[in-house]
Amino acid sequence: MSQTHEDAIWAKIKLARHPKRPTSQSIIPRVFDDFVELAGDRQFGDDKAFIVGIAMFEGTPVTVIAQEKGISTPERIKRNFGMPHPEGYRKALRAMRQAEKFHRPIIVFIDTPGAYPGIGAEQRGQAQAIAYNLFEMSGIKTPIIAFVISEGGSGGALAIGVADKVYMLENSIYSILSPEGFASILFKDSTLAKKAAGLMKLTADDLLSYQIIDGKIKEAPGGFHEDIELTIKQIKLTIKKDIKRLSSQSNTDILNNRYLKYRRIGAYTE
Amino acid sequence: MGAIIEKLKAQNELKKKEIVPELRQRDIPGGLFLACEKCHGAIYQKVLDDNLRVCPNCQHHFRLNARERIAYTLDEGSFTERYATMTSLNPLEMPEYTEKLKKSIDLSQMNEAFVCGTGTIGQINIAFGVLDPFFMMGSMGSVVGEKITRLVELSIEEKLPLVIIAASGGARMQEGIYSLMQMAKTSAAIKRHSDAGLFYISILTDPTTGGVAASFASLGDILIAEPDALIGFAGPRVIKQTIQQDLPEGFQTSSFQLEHGQVDIVAKRSQLRPLLIRLLRLHGYGVNQ
Repeated sequence: MSQTHEDAIWAKIKLARHPKRPTSQSIIPRVFDDFVELAGDRQFGDDKAFIVGIAMFEGTPVTVIAQEKGISTPERIKRNFGMPHPEGYRKALRAMRQAEKFHRPIIVFIDTPGAYPGIGAEQRGQAQAIAYNLFEMSGIKTPIIAFVISEGGSGGALAIGVADKVYMLENSIYSILSPEGFASILFKDSTLAKKAAGLMKLTADDLLSYQIIDGKIKEAPGGFHEDIELTIKQIKLTIKKDIKRLSSQSNTDILNNRYLKYRRIGAYTE
Repeated sequence: MGAIIEKLKAQNELKKKEIVPELRQRDIPGGLFLACEKCHGAIYQKVLDDNLRVCPNCQHHFRLNARERIAYTLDEGSFTERYATMTSLNPLEMPEYTEKLKKSIDLSQMNEAFVCGTGTIGQINIAFGVLDPFFMMGSMGSVVGEKITRLVELSIEEKLPLVIIAASGGARMQEGIYSLMQMAKTSAAIKRHSDAGLFYISILTDPTTGGVAASFASLGDILIAEPDALIGFAGPRVIKQTIQQDLPEGFQTSSFQLEHGQVDIVAKRSQLRPLLIRLLRLHGYGVNQ
């Protein structure tokens, strides 16, 4: 892999992780009106790595499910750097079930390095929580539109990402594992993250070429933070177009198409 | 069980040629004895095989390859393999992946880490699949995901109960995002199976972690774990690195998962077959056959 290729990918990752990059809490009030946040999974606690709630989108009530890394250091600690525990996934699923009940489209913002690898997370069933979200999301009878806004890391991202339409911001990444984790597994050296990133095919262009995502959302040349409104406008246009298109379909069609969207992904020969 | 043992012995002759290097190196010269991985006591190879590859001294459950699992679980001669010719491509053009796959195929004499089809257990027809931990750690890439999905769809079509034995380190890293998406694909298929009112038993064996634990393997109506299996989302090394603390004794073992409400039953290997038959009968299968 050429040096320039690696450098270009790494530059994107730096933008995806830029300290000034807007997070879900900056995006939500710009995209929606009347956002009301809802807390808790009703079982264990309230995971601050997730912001979920109800809002109005151009006259249509929607449910918003967002991962949040935090901005200041104390906030980032409170939000566990965007690494959810099982109760976060269960909070998200609770909100999705409500969306289904009240026929609200679900808008998802993915922003996590991955689900949290910790003792409590394992004790409370991290694997089960993620698996169950994948299972349930495939059957939620309302449109689901997802945006990867900076990092979409592994099962922790996919657990809220089983959607009818999936988009990535131009400088976001979506992958099986963080480049650091990938390097530590494949090269036994996490400092080779840049090399790993060059091989992983984790950019919006890569995923678009594999038809795993439905589109790329434009950012300003210096990144999302350089012109927030430019990207917000794209996000709003996309949501508007998709809600209109998906709302005209029957639930059966939506679920069949959602099934087939994932069903066809694979590279094999026989 | 006698017939099964005979069959396994025949397979073990074959297996000696296929056995992966890390397994071969702990064999004591001559192949008559081997050292238990856990208690390090010497075991007669024959005694180990007769005991379903469970150490007679310390009850350590050795990892099994797919062929052994099929022989220990299903009625003799009942298994019909499906989708056997599928092989992985290298969609991300990851260096060395094609070579690594080729090597795994040569060593295991299997095309991929998941073997599946239909068979009977106590004369009850089931759809059955098993992950082989010796084939690239049983990791799930496109082929494993596709075969599982086809097996689930087959069991929906034929209204069969489904039994899957997991043994996997998780996602196939070399297939990147394709591997990740198999989690959604297999889970969505299990959802359809469940919605059709069909019964799915998932058996978690050593190891069941990562993207396999966080998808189809955790979605059984009943989850059964083998004793002492490593079961969890994140690997213990990653957790230790993240929290910078030692992990509690017995963390992420089968009994830990049982205690924390994450699995229904921990069953010894010798109990598994009768347990599966009982559970299938309790769900109405095989009662009027």
